[in-house]
Amino acid sequence: MKNISIGTIAKKYGVFIVFIIEIVIFTCLSPTFFDFSNFTNILRQVSMIAIAGVGQTLVLLTGGIDLSIGSQITFGNVLCAYMMAKMGLDPILACTVVIVLTILIGYLNGAIITKTNMPPMIATIAMMSILRGIAYMISNGQSIIGFPESFRGLGQGFVGGVIPVPVIIMVGCLIVGWFILTKTYFGRYFFAIGGNETAAELSGIEVNRMKRLAYSICGLFVGIAGIIMLSRLNSGSPLTGKDFEFDVLTAVVLGGVSISGGRAKISSVIIGVLIIGVLTNGFVLLNVGEYPQLVVKGVVLLLAVGFDCLSRNRETQKIA
Amino acid sequence: MGEQVILEFKNITKRYPGTVALDDVTIDFRQGEVHALVGENGAGKSTLIKTCSGAVTPTSGEIIIDGKRFDKLSPALSQENGIAVIYQEFNLVNELSVAENVFLGCPIRKGVVPDMKRMEQETTKILKRFHMTMDPRSLVENLSIGYQQMVEITKAISKNAKILVMDEPTAPLTTAEVDILMGIIAQLKAEGVTIVYISHRLEEIFSISDRVSVLRDGQLIKTMNTAETNREELIKLMVGRELKETFPKRKENIYGEIVLEAKHLTGNGVKDISFHVRKGEILAFAGIMGAGRTELAQMIFGMARPESGEIIFKGEKVQPRSPAQAVDHGIALVPEDRKQQGAILELSVQDNITLAQLRRLSKLTVIDKQKEKSVAHEFRESLRIKTPTMTQEVNSLSGGNQQKVVLAKWLATEPDLIILDEPTRGIDVGAKHEIYMIMNELVENGKAIIMITSEMEELIGMADRMIVLCEGNMTAELTHEDFDKEKILHYASKTGGN
Repeated sequence: MKNISIGTIAKKYGVFIVFIIEIVIFTCLSPTFFDFSNFTNILRQVSMIAIAGVGQTLVLLTGGIDLSIGSQITFGNVLCAYMMAKMGLDPILACTVVIVLTILIGYLNGAIITKTNMPPMIATIAMMSILRGIAYMISNGQSIIGFPESFRGLGQGFVGGVIPVPVIIMVGCLIVGWFILTKTYFGRYFFAIGGNETAAELSGIEVNRMKRLAYSICGLFVGIAGIIMLSRLNSGSPLTGKDFEFDVLTAVVLGGVSISGGRAKISSVIIGVLIIGVLTNGFVLLNVGEYPQLVVKGVVLLLAVGFDCLSRNRETQKIA
Repeated sequence: MGEQVILEFKNITKRYPGTVALDDVTIDFRQGEVHALVGENGAGKSTLIKTCSGAVTPTSGEIIIDGKRFDKLSPALSQENGIAVIYQEFNLVNELSVAENVFLGCPIRKGVVPDMKRMEQETTKILKRFHMTMDPRSLVENLSIGYQQMVEITKAISKNAKILVMDEPTAPLTTAEVDILMGIIAQLKAEGVTIVYISHRLEEIFSISDRVSVLRDGQLIKTMNTAETNREELIKLMVGRELKETFPKRKENIYGEIVLEAKHLTGNGVKDISFHVRKGEILAFAGIMGAGRTELAQMIFGMARPESGEIIFKGEKVQPRSPAQAVDHGIALVPEDRKQQGAILELSVQDNITLAQLRRLSKLTVIDKQKEKSVAHEFRESLRIKTPTMTQEVNSLSGGNQQKVVLAKWLATEPDLIILDEPTRGIDVGAKHEIYMIMNELVENGKAIIMITSEMEELIGMADRMIVLCEGNMTAELTHEDFDKEKILHYASKTGGN
């Protein structure tokens, strides 16, 4: 016998309902919202949050958190810009170097956390500050411009004249994320570690190694997102990527990835990112200023995490 | 024992979506009696207690406490009316002292500041009255589980509880601690406190209870005077069918070669321990809690490293540095705490079963789902795990089935040595029996088992041989012919070597 209450419906389909309501509201308020070119625009805007979101999701799944992803992007942008504009490096080589470095930064985050048992939040906040500092040092606080023409295509080009390149990359990254979560043994291990670390360790899982892997993969996705951002902005600035970690965190938690680990789906990432993307886009169309947007984003983060924590409390009560 | 009824449940029903947890239960508790509640997991005992404590609101029926009628209780109302419940998980603040915990929420004050001195004095008074020896100023986190439980009891007494509900109080206790608890219960009873006593251990129920009520599938089956019933009848009422022997007989024991040998192992709280276990044999580690049994097992399983001594596994010297390495060698450990260490409750039955060998089921990091499925199904069949589907989350299964899932996880790795730490803790009679049968099958198939258990009957009924530990030392090695309760207890409390 199944008894479906409003609560369970809200929990299961809540985010989809929010998404639809959001679309209806903006369609009513703005004549330019419901439009194909606006939709591709939204998708292109959210692609970076979605790509980094896959990485953050893996880390959250193991019970960790990476708050340094915004600064990883800043660092990557400035360094990549410097290498291309000042050192004349080939874009492909420069991008490869940056991605390798963000993977290493992720690994370093994981290593610090697993070696010292430091709270992930503190370790990655420290990393955030370190990377931002390095970015300022490389750039001397200035924006770096003057990239090869070919590099612009990555963030600004279209495939078949309609689908933006970043959207294609986003879809690719989401598929890889889905594959990791559902098909690979280490993806399953991430679930196990977030669900019950002690039991996972006693099951012969090398917990610390797996955590370092999660942070490293996160670095990979963040590196990709950063390069797209650089190409879109066509300028490497030490201000890029500020607060980006909060956008990513808000989106994935809103979608249903649990902040306390053990629960995550790629569909959650997609829906969470779309809600945030539509919200941001709608605000721009309605000429809502940047300051009220910050307030709204903060409120949304609180609501998303609050809802996650509440439903978790309820579950633990059920088990007890 | 007075005949006066102090607490009564009348036609209490509690419905949850999809299930009826309590089905028209009418039961009474008399002043100053020890009233045992028994039943398999899921019989409704927990719901009944929670109705008492105000955590659960009954769908219908009424609760009468000392003549006062209630449709439902709240935690505050329950306390006001003299009900105290001691759950399996204690409600203590680890960082506070014993006295502070006893008076938590209603401290004795001097003006606005808490009067620590008086609280300590009051606590000492109660402790003395019940012959408990404990410093009211020591921090709860430094106490053993047995003492923490005493703090809970003291807390209840300080609030003048008239009805004390205890949920599996002896499950985490050592034999010595159980004796102390029994003494406290006797004293409480003498002072006119009613004890509602929930336990899976029938032995205890016969030794301390006046009456016993059997619950099954949410219904009250029968309330009896304990003196007028016996073990067989109780089991029959609980499971609703006849169970033959508690400990199934094994076929003729044929021991094979030595699987594991430990030579002078020292470290992690144990000193100079040597033993071996052969194929087809169940070796038990006996002793009270804190004797070093679990600590010894941890060294074998790579959770702790020995300071000296060696481990020889299948003829080779090994030193596992992590559980992962131990698993690779072919050692498995089913930990004592199923929910915290054994199962991953949010993962499905299938994911749990295959977890420990998922890597081996994968090719180039990709899981072979077909193989995974067949492994999971194989063990679901062979261990008779009762679950509607393989995608069911483990936390929705009963304790016995959860334990079977954890066992399945380890058997799937095809280990040569299986260490079982308290394999039947907190699971019901029927499931216990099945776990014993599985253990028998395993040794018949040439596996070696090391069993750690605090239950004397299980120890004597299941082990082929045992080593007895006391305070980290090995005090005896007993073969089956020498098994004797008195003897084991003697060695378990004997310090120093032989």
